Amino acid sequence: MMKFTTLLRRPPEWMEHDGPSRDIVLTSRIRLARNLEGPSFPGWAKKEDRMAIMQELQPRIESLTGMKDCFSEDLANLDAIRKQVLVEKHLISREQAAKSGGSAAVINREQSLSIMINEEDHLRMQSIRSGLDLVAAHAALDKLDTELEEQIRFAWDKRFGYLTACPTNLGTGMRASAMLHLPALVLGDQVNQVIQAVNKIGLAVRGLYGEGTDALANLFQISNQHTLGEREGDIIARLEKVIHQIITHERNARRKLLEDSPHKICDHVGRAYATLRFAYIIESKEALTHLSMLRMGTDMGVLPASEARLIDTLLVEIQPAHLQTAAQRKLSGEERDILRAEVLRRRLLHLPEPDMSACSGGPEPEAPDVPI
Amino acid sequence: MKCDVCEAKPATVFLTQIVKGDMQKINLCESCAKEKGVTDPTGFQLADMLLGFGQGARVETQPKEKACPTCGMTQSTFRKTGRLGCSVCYGVFGDGMEGLLKAMHKGTRHIGKVPARINRLMVEEDRLVQLRAALDAAVASENYEEAARLKNEISTLEETLLKRVSI
Repeated sequence: MMKFTTLLRRPPEWMEHDGPSRDIVLTSRIRLARNLEGPSFPGWAKKEDRMAIMQELQPRIESLTGMKDCFSEDLANLDAIRKQVLVEKHLISREQAAKSGGSAAVINREQSLSIMINEEDHLRMQSIRSGLDLVAAHAALDKLDTELEEQIRFAWDKRFGYLTACPTNLGTGMRASAMLHLPALVLGDQVNQVIQAVNKIGLAVRGLYGEGTDALANLFQISNQHTLGEREGDIIARLEKVIHQIITHERNARRKLLEDSPHKICDHVGRAYATLRFAYIIESKEALTHLSMLRMGTDMGVLPASEARLIDTLLVEIQPAHLQTAAQRKLSGEERDILRAEVLRRRLLHLPEPDMSACSGGPEPEAPDVPI
Repeated sequence: MKCDVCEAKPATVFLTQIVKGDMQKINLCESCAKEKGVTDPTGFQLADMLLGFGQGARVETQPKEKACPTCGMTQSTFRKTGRLGCSVCYGVFGDGMEGLLKAMHKGTRHIGKVPARINRLMVEEDRLVQLRAALDAAVASENYEEAARLKNEISTLEETLLKRVSI
């Protein structure tokens, strides 16, 4: 079994791979909701019933083929900071982090599959992939679901499909989502138009940490809202089609920004670089905004493309629980802001100065060569 | 009408109480009424008694309200929380959910994944229908040897199906 410290140290598989359109789509995720036939759903069940279900499900999940050497823990055994670390890594939900007894998380070694036991449903299973690859994410999770179905009788009904605690998840029980980085659409004030258009066709747009959270770092999660009356494959195809359109919009917006106001981009990236390299106290929101600008810089050739991965890693590493785990103690808000600045300075030390010639429409006027 | 407490014996004691404008009704059998001290109506609080019903049951102001026989979820609690109590709830409240589902989903019928165990069951059921038709045809054409063979196959399949359903 994998220890928590190992889970923390090992970068997730999606971070190490470059999936399709990785410059704009950070990750693709599929979530399936499943319940046992008969027993009360977790929110309505008594604690001892939840415990019994957890004890039945946890070993079965641990022994699935894709779960070799997994991390598996009763949430009651994790302190608040460790639970929050799992939330920041998108491995469990905020809702599950609020639970304690009778709820567990099982996460595979690659951190590409995570199963929550007794969240809102008996099982919430998630698959995560780099870039825009919902099809592969779904295939991996569908395989696990089918394997589990050979051992467990899931609540399923001919009319309503997979039965879930909340009717909004009924049918496929599937939520497909992608995390998009849309800085140019935000800078160009076009993002609200995009969100409205997406909402109109039955898709949801959310912030970095799901429902009710802000779109920090110019990151937006796009997901399906309908789960009943549509096949899994059709839901995914429709979502991918819309995401491709959004990617095109973002690319066009970047091109337009480069043409119309190259200095604006240089200024954003330059200030972000300067702040993150030299700040000594920095709040999470400010840091995320600047990291977003550096990320855009790597996409536009102002910063080395190979640094995009480091920036994606930092988006998670500077979150409160990650900082407190690094410090090995609870930190006050101010202490966190100081440590955050320190982590950023250290990790970005080797980052070369932005080369603005790539975005100012031509080579900058060269300084006269001074012989050494 | 059965007793609301033991849910076994017929109710013979009917109580109605109005507390702050809310009407509460309860039907009891004779022994439960005695046990709960309903013999002295003046000193009796209906709400107290309802609250003391053990952990599983929930207080209801309208005893006729629809409730799930498996988990006790009621229509009003479902309406309040938006969450159902267990898989059986869908059988109880499902018919009344059409409007709700129409508003939140693309359709009101599932057309996605079918669990493998259900798929296998459906394939076998189809096969059974075919075999029965073949048996009728064999009998009609007086092909009794074939009919006997089919009969055998049908009963074997029926047995496996029955076993699978009861798992």
